[in-house]
Amino acid sequence: MAKQIEQLDRVIIRFAGDSGDGMQLTGDRFTQETASFGNDLSTLPNFPAEIRAPAGTLPGVSSFQLHFADHDIMTPGDAPDVLVAMNPAALKANLGDLPRGATIIVNTDEFTKRSLAKVGYAVDPLTDGTLDAFKVSAVGLTSMTVAALADSDISKKDAQRAKNMFALGLLSWMYNRPTEGTTSFLKSKFASKPDILAANLTAFQAGWNFGETTEDFAVSYEIKPARLPAGTYRNITGNLATAYGLIAGSQQSGLPLFLGSYPITPASDILHELSRHKRFGVRTFQAEDEIAGVGAALGAAFGGSLGVTTTSGPGMVLKQEAVGLAVMTELPLVIIDVQRAGPSTGMPTKTEQTDLLMALFGRNGESPLPVVAPSSPADCFDAALEATRLAVKYRTPVVVLSDGYLANGSEPWRLPQVSELPVIEPGFATEPNGAGGEFLPYLRDEETLARPWAVPGTAGLEHRIGGIEKHSETGDISYTPDNHDLMVRTRQAKVDAIARDIPELEVSDPTGDAKVLVLGWGGTYGSITAGVRRVRRAGGRVAQAHLRHLNPFPANLGEVLRSYDRVVVPEINLGQLSLLLRGRFLVDVIGYNKVRGLPFKAEELADVLQEVVDRD
Amino acid sequence: MTENLNGNLSHEGELAGLRLVPKSDTEYKMKDFKSDQEVRWCPGCGDYAILAAFQSFLPQLGVPRENIVMVSGIGCSSRFPYYLSTYGVHSIHGRAPAIATGLAASRPDLSVWVVTGDGDGLSIGGNHLIHALRRNVNINVLLFNNRIYGLTKGQYSPTSEAGKITKSSPVGSLDHPFNPVSLALGAEASFVARTVDSDRKHLTSVLRAAADHPGASFVEIYQNCPIFNDDAFEPLKDPAARDLRLLRMEHGEPLRLGPDRGVVSGEFGGLEVVDVDSVGEDRLIRHDAHREDPGYAFALSRLDYPAFEHVPIGVFRDVRRPTYDDLLNEQVEDARAERGDGELAALLASGDTWTVD
Repeated sequence: MAKQIEQLDRVIIRFAGDSGDGMQLTGDRFTQETASFGNDLSTLPNFPAEIRAPAGTLPGVSSFQLHFADHDIMTPGDAPDVLVAMNPAALKANLGDLPRGATIIVNTDEFTKRSLAKVGYAVDPLTDGTLDAFKVSAVGLTSMTVAALADSDISKKDAQRAKNMFALGLLSWMYNRPTEGTTSFLKSKFASKPDILAANLTAFQAGWNFGETTEDFAVSYEIKPARLPAGTYRNITGNLATAYGLIAGSQQSGLPLFLGSYPITPASDILHELSRHKRFGVRTFQAEDEIAGVGAALGAAFGGSLGVTTTSGPGMVLKQEAVGLAVMTELPLVIIDVQRAGPSTGMPTKTEQTDLLMALFGRNGESPLPVVAPSSPADCFDAALEATRLAVKYRTPVVVLSDGYLANGSEPWRLPQVSELPVIEPGFATEPNGAGGEFLPYLRDEETLARPWAVPGTAGLEHRIGGIEKHSETGDISYTPDNHDLMVRTRQAKVDAIARDIPELEVSDPTGDAKVLVLGWGGTYGSITAGVRRVRRAGGRVAQAHLRHLNPFPANLGEVLRSYDRVVVPEINLGQLSLLLRGRFLVDVIGYNKVRGLPFKAEELADVLQEVVDRD
Repeated sequence: MTENLNGNLSHEGELAGLRLVPKSDTEYKMKDFKSDQEVRWCPGCGDYAILAAFQSFLPQLGVPRENIVMVSGIGCSSRFPYYLSTYGVHSIHGRAPAIATGLAASRPDLSVWVVTGDGDGLSIGGNHLIHALRRNVNINVLLFNNRIYGLTKGQYSPTSEAGKITKSSPVGSLDHPFNPVSLALGAEASFVARTVDSDRKHLTSVLRAAADHPGASFVEIYQNCPIFNDDAFEPLKDPAARDLRLLRMEHGEPLRLGPDRGVVSGEFGGLEVVDVDSVGEDRLIRHDAHREDPGYAFALSRLDYPAFEHVPIGVFRDVRRPTYDDLLNEQVEDARAERGDGELAALLASGDTWTVD
């Protein structure tokens, strides 16, 4: 029977199951298939911090949402068109997010009395009318997988575990996804376990075949490739892009990369990735704690390496003392903070933008340093590279504020030409710079105010640095009042002057007469842009700008802020950028703040912006 | 050829711990290692003696001055780098071993020395110290133990005796102290030694043995603080009593304490100090710093109870195992030898890609 194929311009699918059901893998494979097909896409993994939370419970639900389209899209999508629910907990935890008319594919095998009771369903929601507003496909995913593997030698338990591949096969059929990538992925993943490989391939194929033959699924869907700018693309997560950006920084500067790090969610993947790239001269050091991670990185920087440390909020707090030493010793250091929900342990796997003020002010004394923030998963590459450039050129620690959403989310990335990446000149000191032939470790470059970087092994430039206040030229210990005042102001001036070396803030204002500006920073770029598009489609006039540099700000920021009647600043915190803008520019911005551990939805931002636009 | 305190034979100027450091063409003198900075310790501080011994020892390393780096934390002892004309980092409290680890692991051509104290190294920085020792990073840790907080003006430290009356313990401290040598041995240190500030010859020989050790070496230096803990080591300084209390360990030699006493095996794997006449010379243990099993060195470290009755000085333990920096650099070299240097464009394009025209 030839089935009908329906054209769609975009779809949002959410895979949901137990944290042991392999939902992240399933979502990731579907994403790779979709990427290689050429759709634009954006993903949102959402999982508990517990590795295997109790099976079948609401806290144990892990999900992966994917938005893909035949056009340029900005977010993982507000509400799923399709929910794949592997058990009652997954259904219950996600049902509230579904719009009326959404498709739900449920694994009926898991809808047992016991599983239902575990999440508080007194009556089976598949039969009591709860799902009347939805298109429900009830499929025995587990039993069909086991049946498909009846001839296999593997245990029943292993057979059941392959049900996620059955689901992936079914969805791959529904959306006409290419399957070669998944086949070769499985072959490589299970190369040493032929039985498990065969089972997974069989389950995947059985899911596809089921879609093609059963009458339950009368229609399959096609979403044409997106018309993206010409180039070679790959799909990439924020953490992977960060790791690549750091390697690029090392290659472009010729400085060997030394990473000192301590495992922490959601930053560990950067450590994992960098530890695989020793061919690039990358040395990774898994330290005894966060402090030793940054300390070792700073020690390596003193020796002439590109010193890097990676962490998340709770680790960032611990590193601040050593970051202060980097400010004082004026050594290059890149600090990646993948922000997560706080305070304290907070919600380790959930996103937030709450470390901005800590990055800027979380150290004792006047301790200025540049702060940059990526705006999308792929943009983490450019942000890490830019941080490296600033750190090396200005001999300063630089903080990169990524976040949990960017870190684990993914999108297509147009590969840059390596020949077009900036070249970073380390400019090590090799000769004495004093009038009398002596070496003055704090005698600055007149333009950048950077001090010389003289590494051990360089004869004649032996010097001592440290955390005690230094004389402005000799670097000797100095407690004199005027010298301290000069040094505090000079360290500030050096960072402030970087404003001359970064692009001015660009404003998107298609009609040129908007009275409202929305200004964001970091990981909210996609949601804000999607919200702005909605407002504009409805005829609203709104200008948009997004900050990459949080310190120093772009030179024209004050001017931009003052050109609009109203400025809206959405942040996933309680108003940290708003506080800075008000204090710095005396502009009473309108904050929009939510801290739910999730990205903003495009629709909510559109509503907020529309309301402000309508105030005229 | 000379024999070091730790029993290693080495050519003058060729120390195993400096295998990857370039040799110097310059014949350095002590004055070459003095910086132009005024030394600012209190009069009578034991640190002066250690500094002088260290400055006069450095020429023995036979490496260029620019390849020596001193790293310290916070405290009186941590001012050390300022007074030497080498490269130096006066860092933050307790973190020197971590900073030195990053430096040594990324620069095997440097001779890296950590200078710390009982507060810096055992209290706020205890975690970094034990992990640097177990990793066996090629650094030399000199822990100046004066059993008091000096720079903060006289609070009890992790090595102060229990019950000590200080500004922060007016009716006596409640803390049981660390034995730094026992701690280092428990942390899997491959080289552990002890010496005293007032015995320049012994101090120098221990420094040399430490430099000769590839990997992390830990040296406890008893150091007098004349202001806040004067005479803490007096039982070891009075010339008459000293020789009866100091157990000078030399590899291959019997363990003797003064003219009459010596060390023999005791019950439960421990060691005992006995009159030699009562057991005979043959029962004395010949010191073996190279024993793989740290139990013997640990038993030696426990001889110092009750305090100062018999205090072993010299090298407790000196065993060879791969250093962290060697292994780390080997992994990088192996990866490059096997698959060639990394190529950035190829890395970025790894995985599934597609082309849009």
